[in-house]
Amino acid sequence: MTAGGEVVVRLTGITKSFLGVPVLRGVDLELRAGEVHALMGENGAGKSTLLKVLAGVHRPDSGQVEVAGRPVVFSTPREAQEAGIAIIHQEFTLLEHRTVAENVYLGREPVRRGQVDRRKMEADTKELLDWLGEDGIDPAAPVSGLSVARKQVVEIVKALSTDAKVLAMDEPTAALADQEVELLYDLVDRLRARGIAILYVSHRMREVFDLSRRITVLKDGAFVTTAPTAELTSDQLVRHMVGRSLDALYPDRATEAELGDVRLALRGAGNDRVRGVTFELRSGEVVGIAGLQGSGRSAIARAIWGVEPFTTGTLELDGVPRRVTDPRAAVRLGIGYVTEDRKGEGLALRQSIRDNALLVRRAALPGSRGRKRSDLTALLESVAVVARGEHQEVRYLSGGNQQKVVLAKWLAVGPRVLVVDEPTRGIDVGAKQAVHRLLRELARTGVAVLMISSELPELIGMSDRILVVHEGAIAGELPAGASEEAVMGLATGHGIGEVA
Amino acid sequence: MTTPTTWRPRLADGTAPVLAVLAVLLVALAFTGPAYSEPTGYLALLKRAAPLVLLAIGQYFVIVSGGFDLSVGSLVTAEVVIAARLIDGQESATGWVIVLLLGFGLLVGLVNGLVTTKLLVPSFIVTLGMLLILDGAVFLWTGGAPRGALSPSFRVFGRGGVDLPVLGHLPWSVVILLVVLVAAVLFMRGGTGRTLVAVGDNEKAVRLAGGRVDRLKVLAFMLSGLLAALAAILLGGFAGVSAQVGQGLEFRAITAVVLGGVLLGGGRGSVVAAAAGALTLEALFSLLNLLGVSGALESAVQGVIIIAAVAYAALGVNTRLRLRRRAGTPEPAPRQ
Repeated sequence: MTAGGEVVVRLTGITKSFLGVPVLRGVDLELRAGEVHALMGENGAGKSTLLKVLAGVHRPDSGQVEVAGRPVVFSTPREAQEAGIAIIHQEFTLLEHRTVAENVYLGREPVRRGQVDRRKMEADTKELLDWLGEDGIDPAAPVSGLSVARKQVVEIVKALSTDAKVLAMDEPTAALADQEVELLYDLVDRLRARGIAILYVSHRMREVFDLSRRITVLKDGAFVTTAPTAELTSDQLVRHMVGRSLDALYPDRATEAELGDVRLALRGAGNDRVRGVTFELRSGEVVGIAGLQGSGRSAIARAIWGVEPFTTGTLELDGVPRRVTDPRAAVRLGIGYVTEDRKGEGLALRQSIRDNALLVRRAALPGSRGRKRSDLTALLESVAVVARGEHQEVRYLSGGNQQKVVLAKWLAVGPRVLVVDEPTRGIDVGAKQAVHRLLRELARTGVAVLMISSELPELIGMSDRILVVHEGAIAGELPAGASEEAVMGLATGHGIGEVA
Repeated sequence: MTTPTTWRPRLADGTAPVLAVLAVLLVALAFTGPAYSEPTGYLALLKRAAPLVLLAIGQYFVIVSGGFDLSVGSLVTAEVVIAARLIDGQESATGWVIVLLLGFGLLVGLVNGLVTTKLLVPSFIVTLGMLLILDGAVFLWTGGAPRGALSPSFRVFGRGGVDLPVLGHLPWSVVILLVVLVAAVLFMRGGTGRTLVAVGDNEKAVRLAGGRVDRLKVLAFMLSGLLAALAAILLGGFAGVSAQVGQGLEFRAITAVVLGGVLLGGGRGSVVAAAAGALTLEALFSLLNLLGVSGALESAVQGVIIIAAVAYAALGVNTRLRLRRRAGTPEPAPRQ
């Protein structure tokens, strides 16, 4: 297999334990110049730790790190940086109120006569931006005015300014909107073409298959395989990651007998962002909402939840017209909402699993002393939260388990309608499946589920019907099992099945 | 849960250290001062500490929900000065004045809370403003020398006691303290209390879960005001009337709460620990006093404590993470 240029980094037999708990058990990884190498594995598989070994944050217990053929031992992140290894973290590390150039040279400002040499700093930054083909960014502009995608470019330029040969990107698309992902693809391509080796960590299958040349899979800290991307199918990849085949990828859809009366009906509902929204949601049904980022699909969901309420039209719940003016009103009417921003809007991270699971009940429905302690325990068991106990703080849970706690929070009040926005974003394959199953089981108990997802396979796999939103209005409805092309056709404003 | 629940003491994170420090100080007191060879010495300590403990409990509600209340010191002064002026030695006025004082504490808290939540001014600024306003008002009203006098029956709460079966003679202040503490613990265990902590952790999540965040925050300020009024009643009886009676108590209360391991910014900490923090502070000052350390050093000591306690809490995060790894939790370290 000719995988591009010469080997820039080679890790062999890396092991690492934290106080006796093995996290890495003999991992091999080889990065070549000009190669995009995907690193995959479920949460807890050891990806983060491996990145940290590469970045000099952790020293491996055994095994060898070679850079450009020479064995090295990094004792500090700085030494790794000097050897040409840079990590782009999920969360940005930019100072919002400083300029692009100031951020790029933060802590390493060029000095001239005892003063920071702004001109040189900006010229050097400009040079790097040009080299990357990102000449639209002004080195003297403050970072706060840049889009998320451009901030990411600045992060990358910052890394490159230290002469990085290896760029490790941890979930780089997690914060990006759909259109911005395309820009990142281009950027990764240009970096690769300029001989940078890229280690790409992501949960998103499509990105990995679009971008990478080789894939390394970890499972439970152990090395599973490194294989050329072209020789793998997504099914094989999933099997490598979870160690079994996800044969039935999605739960069965609802049968006609399982569908009940109309739970939620919107007629001509609208506000600043959406207009003329009309649809019905029946009990027992999972209805998907598709649409591009910014199309209004989340705006519809947030309006139902009362965050930015509808100003026109009517909303009926079980046949009764209702006014939902704020989340409290929605919650008290039995509308639950699983937000796409789990950490920002869904959880109080320092509180226990128990306190989070009870949050809605305590906050919105005080005095409802229905369930007992054992009921809550049963509830947490039914969503299969893996934790040390109910009193563990949720910030120590993996993304998948956090999401299960968010679901439990709503299940604890027995909603009639549950709106879920990107329910599996950033969680691993196994947990995704669990969430899918849970949503379907919930529907079987008579809840009407409205699901938003930008992952089309998920949306199509889960939904009994799909509503497609385009420019603030519902462009059409598709039956279960519609093709991705049909969805995209409507979402982009073309007809069914004609994608430009 | 898919893993069996292991037993863990139901102490909130950060409670244990302050209890350990308190225990050490109490033992040290026993060795240092002859007064502490008997329970009465400790009872006197508890009586002295009662106003600060009440203030710390009030401050706890505000801090744990994400705010600060800097106005309580001035509020205590204002309450005592008002009481002296209105009662002016008349026994008959005592009852309605006490009601008025409690009402005034609630009112100040209500104003603090409403300005914070409705006008969106940070509580630090709002209560700093309230501190200055109350200070100024007291000075204007009294010209620096408070007039009037408290009635004997008013002073009973700070000075006197009650004979109880089994327990013997208990100062009123200790009885009040225990009642408030028990009420506070029950409140914090209930849904409203837990939600209040969640507000300090992630206000948005609570609001989106249907919680009334503004109301909860206003409630916290009102409780703080109410407890300041109660503290003023005890202090007035105990220490008498002066225009300096509440000076610096807001910082002392904040120090106590921080010493109790309550996270500044909210979201973590227990009310028992905050109360223990106040008691610890008072025990420390008593010990220093016995050792002949000048009282002038008290504020310096307080400064060191507040910095050290916050630094300890910050260090603690990393330590806890390491312990969790040792426990073999499979989750990756939380991204801060």
